[in-house]
Amino acid sequence: MNKFQKFTGIVAPMDRANVDTDAIIPKQYLKSIKRTGFGPNLFDDWRYLDSGEPGMDNNERRVNPDFVLNKTPYKYAQILLARENFGCGSSREHAVWALTDFGFKVVIATGFADIFFNNSFKSGLLPIVLNSTVVDQLFEELEDHEDYQLSIDLENQLISNSAGAQIPFEVDEFRKHCLLNGLDDIGLTLQHADQIKSFEQQYYQQSPWLK
Amino acid sequence: MAALTLYDKVWQQHIVRQEEDGTALLYIDRHLVHEVTSPQAFEGLHMNNRPLWRKESILAVPDHNVPTTDRHQGISDPVAKLQVDTLDQNCNSFGLTEFKMNDIRQGIVHVIGPEQGATLPGMTVVCGDSHTSTHGAFAALAFGIGTSEVEHVMATQCLIQKKSKNMRVTIEGPVGNGVTAKDIVLAIIGKIGTAGGTGYTIEFAGEAIQNLSMEGRMTVCNMTIEAGARAGLIGCDQTTIDYVKGRPFAPAAADWDNAVSQWHELHTDDGAVFDREVTIKGDSIEPQVSWGTSPEMVISINDTVPNPANETDSVKADGIQKALEYMGLDADAAINEVFVDKVFIGSCTNSRIEDLRSAADVAKGRQVADNVKLAMVVPGSGLVKQQAEQEGLDKIFIEAGFEWREPGCSMCLAMNADRLESGERCASTSNRNFEGRQGQGGRTHLVSPAMAAAAAVFGHFTDVTKLN
Repeated sequence: MNKFQKFTGIVAPMDRANVDTDAIIPKQYLKSIKRTGFGPNLFDDWRYLDSGEPGMDNNERRVNPDFVLNKTPYKYAQILLARENFGCGSSREHAVWALTDFGFKVVIATGFADIFFNNSFKSGLLPIVLNSTVVDQLFEELEDHEDYQLSIDLENQLISNSAGAQIPFEVDEFRKHCLLNGLDDIGLTLQHADQIKSFEQQYYQQSPWLK
Repeated sequence: MAALTLYDKVWQQHIVRQEEDGTALLYIDRHLVHEVTSPQAFEGLHMNNRPLWRKESILAVPDHNVPTTDRHQGISDPVAKLQVDTLDQNCNSFGLTEFKMNDIRQGIVHVIGPEQGATLPGMTVVCGDSHTSTHGAFAALAFGIGTSEVEHVMATQCLIQKKSKNMRVTIEGPVGNGVTAKDIVLAIIGKIGTAGGTGYTIEFAGEAIQNLSMEGRMTVCNMTIEAGARAGLIGCDQTTIDYVKGRPFAPAAADWDNAVSQWHELHTDDGAVFDREVTIKGDSIEPQVSWGTSPEMVISINDTVPNPANETDSVKADGIQKALEYMGLDADAAINEVFVDKVFIGSCTNSRIEDLRSAADVAKGRQVADNVKLAMVVPGSGLVKQQAEQEGLDKIFIEAGFEWREPGCSMCLAMNADRLESGERCASTSNRNFEGRQGQGGRTHLVSPAMAAAAAVFGHFTDVTKLN
């Protein structure tokens, strides 16, 4: 995983609650056995007017001109601004892979579904929870400015706009550490292999039928 | 000793180590694997040259991509075939237990785990699938994980987790005749909302829950994720123990007695405190039908579809309006006058033997209505199918005009050929009514198996509690 570095990026609005992972990446694309290549099919049902199947040339498809990510400058967005319960539904990590493959590094929302939230950190996508007043304000600012950009500073846990206004955000220390350093947490867990083994010894002595 | 919730107990029993901030390394007993969310995890192990920590913990099965029609032809979709073949190859090369597509024990991962006794009380159970919450019916801590975590469990037998908060949902008193587990859980989601359980593990309790069979309890726990909670669970009692006894993976002989004595502890202690308590009166629950594009958009069969003009919150009003447009419904429409094009009885929510019996009771002696283009029954596993056939349920369905299919996830998420065409309306016993879930442009109404069968034979949603 790449190290998460401070950046400034275009913000795209996704002004609806309960955006589910079926909408983020429809099921037909889950047949892939790879982790990459999902970006062109991010929000496929909303983004294209025809129905998509794996293997189609997406450049040949009919694009929905009204969908936000088909518009300039949002097609170059790195930050998605959303509402309550973003990423609800299926556990498919493909939803995160589709967002990152498109170019997103951050999703800001009033709330995230637990599994999506968890998956995001594993693939270098930072989910930021802000209260609804602040999110409302960001939607308003975005509407008033073409080419609206925000800077994300994970190390100092700050979002700032071009006028210099700053919004602090919360993030779990361990997850922050892993993102900033691009760490593989399997490697970290395996540092405790002896502890896992000694847990198992005791555990299976007590409940041998679980072995 | 402090009074503990069931969740507290199972959590504590599985802590390998814990950091000061509460981050725990949690030991995982059972890892269920299917073809869709595992290939990238196996690839990760290969690339990093990491072995599996405990291969005995894994039970694998292809379910999402398998055809529900004649399987002798194999899988015709080459992309789906590659994914199923990849699972087979990975299981072969790592030496894992897999029920392959033509094995009688094959079926939906959340049906076969319990059916085989691979899900046991007190276990931690994970799977790269959000409906893993199903297994909480056995007083197990069970939740869905993403593919990176699938790989993490394969390599370490553990997950890095923070404990959720405790919520208890109590259904007071019994539910009325004809009201099922599906109606109970839909009513709960309608009350607390699709994000109501976010950050919590939910324990379901009360008389109506205790009265449920294990099949019914699995239906309730299955849809916990639709209320935002990753895990839902129900205390262990005699119903649980009777279900587990004698199953292939269940303990036997002396182990059985020792296991049962441990399982008797798997309930919330008197006086344990929950962070949130929700109570619903059982007799207030009627058969439910979802009307919109989120499982919280649900009403009773005798209600009308909401009107956005009555909603003061503008984001919610906009959500109702968008859902009405997508669903092709008018505000204030009576849901029992809404006609359907297709009916799907199946999925990890409602494809077990009791579900099929309940649907067959309604279908018996009736005929699928003329306006219904397709009514299909997809058993949850080969063994469920076999049992249903022994009971003659297949004949009841076929005589009534239903199609009787091979087991799999099927039209719950339409990864295989079973799907809705754009604009088609479906009465479905599955768990998600999201836009496009059952096929692009398809319109899903979530109901119980009996309600789905009634929609099939009457052509529109019908109150099953009023049938003779």
